[in-house]
Amino acid sequence: MSDISYVRDSMLPPSEPPGAQTGVVKWMRENLFSGLSNTVLTLVGVAAIYYFLQLVLPWLLHGVWYANSLSECRSIIAENYGPNASGACWAVIRLRWYQFVFGFYPPELWWRPTLNFALLFVALAPALFSDNLRMVRIMVGVVAALYLLALVCLSTTPLIFVVTAVLIAALFGVSVVAPMQLIWVTLLFPFITIYLLWGGSVWSSAMGLAGFGVLAVVYRLTNDRLGVVVATGVGVVAAILWWIFLAGPVAGGLASVLAFRLEPMDSDRFGGFLLAFVIGVSSISISLPIGILLALGRQSDMLLIRSLSIGFIEFVRGVPLITMLFTASLLLGYFLPPQTNFDLILRVVILVTFFAAAYNAEVVRGGLAALARGQYEAADALGLDYWQAQRLIIMPQALKVAIPGIVTNFIGLFKDTTLVNFVGLRDPLIGITAVVRSDLDWKGIYWEPYIFVGGVFFLACYGMSRYSMYLERKLKTDHR
Amino acid sequence: MATAENNMAVSDEVAVQITGMNKWYGTFHVLRDVNMTVQRGERIVICGPSGSGKSTLIRCINRLEEHQQGQIIVDGTELTSDLKNIDKVRSEVGMVFQHFNLFPHLTILENLTLAPIWVRKIPKKEAEETAMYFLGKVKIPEQAHKYPGMLSGGQQQRVAIARSLCMKPRIMLFDEPTSALDPEMIKEVLDTMIELAQEGMTMLCVTHEMGFAQAVANRVIFMDQGQIVEQNEPKEFFNNPKSDRTKLFLSQILGH
Repeated sequence: MSDISYVRDSMLPPSEPPGAQTGVVKWMRENLFSGLSNTVLTLVGVAAIYYFLQLVLPWLLHGVWYANSLSECRSIIAENYGPNASGACWAVIRLRWYQFVFGFYPPELWWRPTLNFALLFVALAPALFSDNLRMVRIMVGVVAALYLLALVCLSTTPLIFVVTAVLIAALFGVSVVAPMQLIWVTLLFPFITIYLLWGGSVWSSAMGLAGFGVLAVVYRLTNDRLGVVVATGVGVVAAILWWIFLAGPVAGGLASVLAFRLEPMDSDRFGGFLLAFVIGVSSISISLPIGILLALGRQSDMLLIRSLSIGFIEFVRGVPLITMLFTASLLLGYFLPPQTNFDLILRVVILVTFFAAAYNAEVVRGGLAALARGQYEAADALGLDYWQAQRLIIMPQALKVAIPGIVTNFIGLFKDTTLVNFVGLRDPLIGITAVVRSDLDWKGIYWEPYIFVGGVFFLACYGMSRYSMYLERKLKTDHR
Repeated sequence: MATAENNMAVSDEVAVQITGMNKWYGTFHVLRDVNMTVQRGERIVICGPSGSGKSTLIRCINRLEEHQQGQIIVDGTELTSDLKNIDKVRSEVGMVFQHFNLFPHLTILENLTLAPIWVRKIPKKEAEETAMYFLGKVKIPEQAHKYPGMLSGGQQQRVAIARSLCMKPRIMLFDEPTSALDPEMIKEVLDTMIELAQEGMTMLCVTHEMGFAQAVANRVIFMDQGQIVEQNEPKEFFNNPKSDRTKLFLSQILGH
């Protein structure tokens, strides 16, 4: 008869795992040559990589930076590497880079987009790294240094040199002393951009800003009696009335006293990456809040708001972006009252923003769906009202889930800015490249401009992608 | 389990008054003609088979569920579709859920101070002091800066209780607070609840912990098919159940 009673008399201490299994040979045997089919695949892969490199490497290595035309490039390559050698002609980038960057912005005013680009990163720093003050300082410091370097290279008047250098140094000082105060730069950035890039009197931008002040004051006054939604609506109406009827005359009046004028610049002088960044950055930053509101609207209990949200999202998602761009360039002109001079870039920004907002709304809705019902119930049970619950409980969690999708949308949107070429704006990929290639000196050049433009786009998009990964790691608090 | 003295004062003041309340999910009649009065300081345990509507009943008390007929008056405020009244009731009534429902993106301390800061408009520092006091009461002050996901189930549920207490509620609702916990952790949560009962908190508790019911409840309510079938003092209820349905239920949960 067997005895099933058993008592452990001592608990086992934890022990080391079996001997470390490392070594290059072992790794290769496991990962590259683990069987016949794997070995064949490995060899084919190596052959393919070799073939590709043997095509591309000489072309890259024979690159010529100093030449004044494509034929000169070719003769230099032939001279150095033999008559049949291939080689890249980077000289075109060296000589025409400014068109890829600034489009047709006049050279003596290049400092304006450059300063604006530097301020963009100063404005982004506190928003991107709100709880990492060291990163804010590093970012602003690097931007300030690069801007000063750019100032030296650009030929500007001494006055502009001194004023902007002092400005950027002051911002760096602020970032050292009180980094979060830079959030004011972030809030003012849209108006700074309009003033710097399009020029004109500073008062036009300031009165545009004042419209938001009107909104805030009206909201503050009516919020208690009317509730959040109605108060916001009334505020928006007041702001729009301000912009239509009062902003112009007031700005004109102030400008006649003291103008602070920058030379006005037409939208058709914009091009290249300047254009891509103007459209991309504004659409990205406006489309996220609109997308969140649309996602909430789609889940609303109120029939009207829900139907409008669904209608908007489904309509915009169902229409190709190019159609929207044509709408921007042609149809809006018919609908708007005659003689309204509604800037083409502004129109494109509005429609690209709508387009991105509809996509973001669906991604945010996915984030909302990932949330357990219990989170809403706990927020309700604690007495938080709808907007508090959304802001403090629901959105922080839903947006965290939605980060990869949102950033994918942003990246897609940024690359889609090249489509504005179809409405006559000169994007870097098609518009500017075509301009460069139509130059007699560079007729026949093909790969180099595209590789350059592609490389810059890649840097921008890869940056966004890395930031989203950083954000996901930072926000990972659920320890699942 | 520690036996609490059952001499805690029950005042004449009414905390919750439910009259002729009915509720439907679509066409399904979940709660049928529920009448119930809860005095201030009373500790009520609600039990019954699953699907009997006991959770739905206490979720109606802070309007996580809407009732279609009858009247619910909580602390002198009638629950209607008026949002102001609902928010008022919710800030006076604490609720503890089966699955804790802590906010995973906030630290324990932030979980506790969120509602006092945003709903009661209490200064952050004061809210944090209150939060640390209640964390001490549920015996986990050292976890204040961790995230909910790093705590055990029992600890999370105690945090959830502390989170409700930080709002200084006058009534506490417990919706099966121990049924998602491992056996070893049930006791720590029940001990916290017993302590709360001894301090005179008005409590409505949906639970199958009959030991808890015997220790602290003034009244046990048995529900089946959306109706109150029997209610009595715990001793009478367990030793001398009147209805056959109650007898069957008790024999099933106490049977082994």
